[in-house]
Amino acid sequence: MSQAAIPAGAKWWSGGKSPYNVEYGKLMMWFFLMSDAFTFGAFLISYGTIRFSSNSWPNPNEVFRTFPGWKGEMPVPLAFVSLMTFILIMSSVTMVLAVANGHAGKRLEVAKWLGWTILGGIAFLSCQAWEWTHLHGEGAWWGRNPFMNIDGTQSSTNFTNFFFTITGFHGFHVFSGVIVNIIMLILVLRGTFDRRGHYLMIEKAGLYWHFVDLVWVFVFTCFYLL
Amino acid sequence: MSNEAVLQQHGAVITTHGEAHVHHHKETFITKYIFSQDHKMICKQFLITGMIWAILGGLMSVLFRLQLGYPDSTFPFLEDVFGKWAKGGKIQPEFYYALVTMHGTVLVFFVLTGGLSGTFANFLIPLQCGARDMASPFLNMLSYWFFFMASIVIFSSLFQETGPASGGWTVYPPLSALGDANEGSKAGMDFWIIGMALFVVSSLLGGLNYITTILNMRTKGMSMTRLPLTIWALFFTAILGVLSFPVLLSGLILLLFDRHFGTSFYLSDIFIASTGRALSNEGGSAILFQHLFWFLGHPEVYIIILPAMGLVSEVMAVNSRKPIFGYMAMVGSLFAIAVLAFLVWAHHMFVTGLNPLLGSVFVLLTLLIAVPSAIKVFNWLTTLWRGNIRFTPGMLFAIAFVSLFISGGLTGIFLGNSTLDIHLHDTYFVVAHFHIVMGVSAFFGMFCGVYHWFPKMFGRYLNNTMSYIHFWVTFMGAYLIFWPMHYEGLAGMPRRYVEYENWLSFHQFGDLNRFISTVAMVVFSVQLMFVFNFFYSIFKGRKVTTMNPWGANTLEWTAPIRPGHGNWIGEIPEVHRWAYDYGKDGREFIPQTEPIGPNESVH
Repeated sequence: MSQAAIPAGAKWWSGGKSPYNVEYGKLMMWFFLMSDAFTFGAFLISYGTIRFSSNSWPNPNEVFRTFPGWKGEMPVPLAFVSLMTFILIMSSVTMVLAVANGHAGKRLEVAKWLGWTILGGIAFLSCQAWEWTHLHGEGAWWGRNPFMNIDGTQSSTNFTNFFFTITGFHGFHVFSGVIVNIIMLILVLRGTFDRRGHYLMIEKAGLYWHFVDLVWVFVFTCFYLL
Repeated sequence: MSNEAVLQQHGAVITTHGEAHVHHHKETFITKYIFSQDHKMICKQFLITGMIWAILGGLMSVLFRLQLGYPDSTFPFLEDVFGKWAKGGKIQPEFYYALVTMHGTVLVFFVLTGGLSGTFANFLIPLQCGARDMASPFLNMLSYWFFFMASIVIFSSLFQETGPASGGWTVYPPLSALGDANEGSKAGMDFWIIGMALFVVSSLLGGLNYITTILNMRTKGMSMTRLPLTIWALFFTAILGVLSFPVLLSGLILLLFDRHFGTSFYLSDIFIASTGRALSNEGGSAILFQHLFWFLGHPEVYIIILPAMGLVSEVMAVNSRKPIFGYMAMVGSLFAIAVLAFLVWAHHMFVTGLNPLLGSVFVLLTLLIAVPSAIKVFNWLTTLWRGNIRFTPGMLFAIAFVSLFISGGLTGIFLGNSTLDIHLHDTYFVVAHFHIVMGVSAFFGMFCGVYHWFPKMFGRYLNNTMSYIHFWVTFMGAYLIFWPMHYEGLAGMPRRYVEYENWLSFHQFGDLNRFISTVAMVVFSVQLMFVFNFFYSIFKGRKVTTMNPWGANTLEWTAPIRPGHGNWIGEIPEVHRWAYDYGKDGREFIPQTEPIGPNESVH
């Protein structure tokens, strides 16, 4: 049987990239993010359902009033979580810079900003670890709620149940994002993307990272502000 | 992954002969048959796993039909096999509940979602779009292996000392959340949750791949509106899956926490009679779980039926030798169904104490689904109208699909009314409705696809005699089993009851139940004959000798009879027309690859 190998550099049809003229991996990431948005959406809507069917609910301004190193309660509420939010949003900014430098093909710049993003992610996770430890020390955990309702009545445990479940699920996403970013950093430093000729992977990791930040904005609003 | 990459990855060498031998330098048994990244092999893995599940799930229904049909008899052999679950040769209530629960779970998720979408999306999307493989063959492989792991977990739950989950396939808490309430809510329920979580991952990986491949990997000339309807249907199916399964995952995570970490998401004010204990949980809502579950659960029935619709549309056009009637209307109605799928879930919850005003909104949205469904039905009928029909086994199943979809769809209009639902909910009327409209008809779509594409999958034909026996017995059996259940349901006979001894009014149905059970066993044995036909024909069937045995237009028939990894020899064909130029300008069919002629009429 005669066999003809494909000649080097053979051109195959690759038509039909409409309607979205993007690389397949990016498309996949967008659809994954939509899917993940539904996961978080389901959690937050469940939280809303339970919260608004309860007669009363603890006041976040009273629950979240501590800061590492500060004796007792802070004069302003939500100071620590504001810091956490600031850190996470700043890590999104550094991610944007990493992606932009990827477009320009500047390997070391990408590595630098990716490094800052990873640091931001780790800082956020550390803050979360502190906050969880602190709340646990106050007697809060899944199935245990030491906080009273805003109207002074006994609260159900669902305040802490949802808090730990949803912030935990978000923290798990941040953790995965940090791991992804570390892998990206290693690949950048090894010059993999230079050989490949583009930094698309950084863009995809960036999409995920921004999504995780965006979700935090909703989680933050639902648990701390409302 | 780009098309070039698929070839390079496997060091493909392509022959100029009729059969492609894509030589894989390091191809071993493991990379070819087990951890394969070839979409055609993954398709077969899904199909055969699905078939094993279908046999198991069907066997479960035979067992509980034994109890329902012959409530007074004992079957000592059951005790030999199942021990304490069938003490004295009688199916025990716990066993019965476990059987119906696992029958539902297995058939809905593992056969008609994993088995159906997994098989045909994997097989047809690259072949009909003109791609060498999926966008990411690796994730595609993972999708199967997550499905396999989910299967293992669910399968092992059958061997738990306390049995598998037994609170119904909808696993409503508080029953499913409290191990003390029910044997099946002990370890079996944890297995169920973990198995389903793995299944969701599998479905997500598969779905992302299907969507991306369809949007991104079509061959030159294959615009979206030239895609065969199979691909459109699989596309909407994948979107439904990607958007609805995560909600189930969230719901199951909360359920898992309620079971093990002392939370009260779904629990409030509960007293368990068996332990005589009042639980401290408060503030949760059992209805919340139902909302989360049915937000998946309703799209899920379309995830099951849309691929069947797509397969039927394609097979029907090919074997009527006519263009599908109303192509754009078919696409539009698929889209409408996909949108409405997310807006009707509460019609499963009319009697939960749902606000009647909200219920009326869901009635309206539910009945709206009748519009795109009717459009599809009329288009199928008009495709058949004055066609030059070839009654191949695939075509028979396609036509029967339409029959079943009409019969089951009409009773959907009854059930979609919140007032009628007060009487009909949780009766055999519901069982009859959903088995006909999405159970049996999805199976018919699947059979239609298997019979039609078997020659492409294995390069051989199925045995025709067995195929026709399989069709006629299954078709008549399906109606004989489920039609009488409408009467039982209208008379108020509730579903999920292990026996009806204590209700005089249901004694009249004793003979009918025995009849249904007998037919169910006959139909089940005919399915075993199909399975035999399937495996026998893989090895001994009549060989396919031409590339395009059905005279079809779509791209998969331009590939070699037994395509290698990479599908086409040489270049991927270019597409010049839609997939439905049958009986045009005096020609029986014009493949998609043929350029438009100078004097060709416009379709």
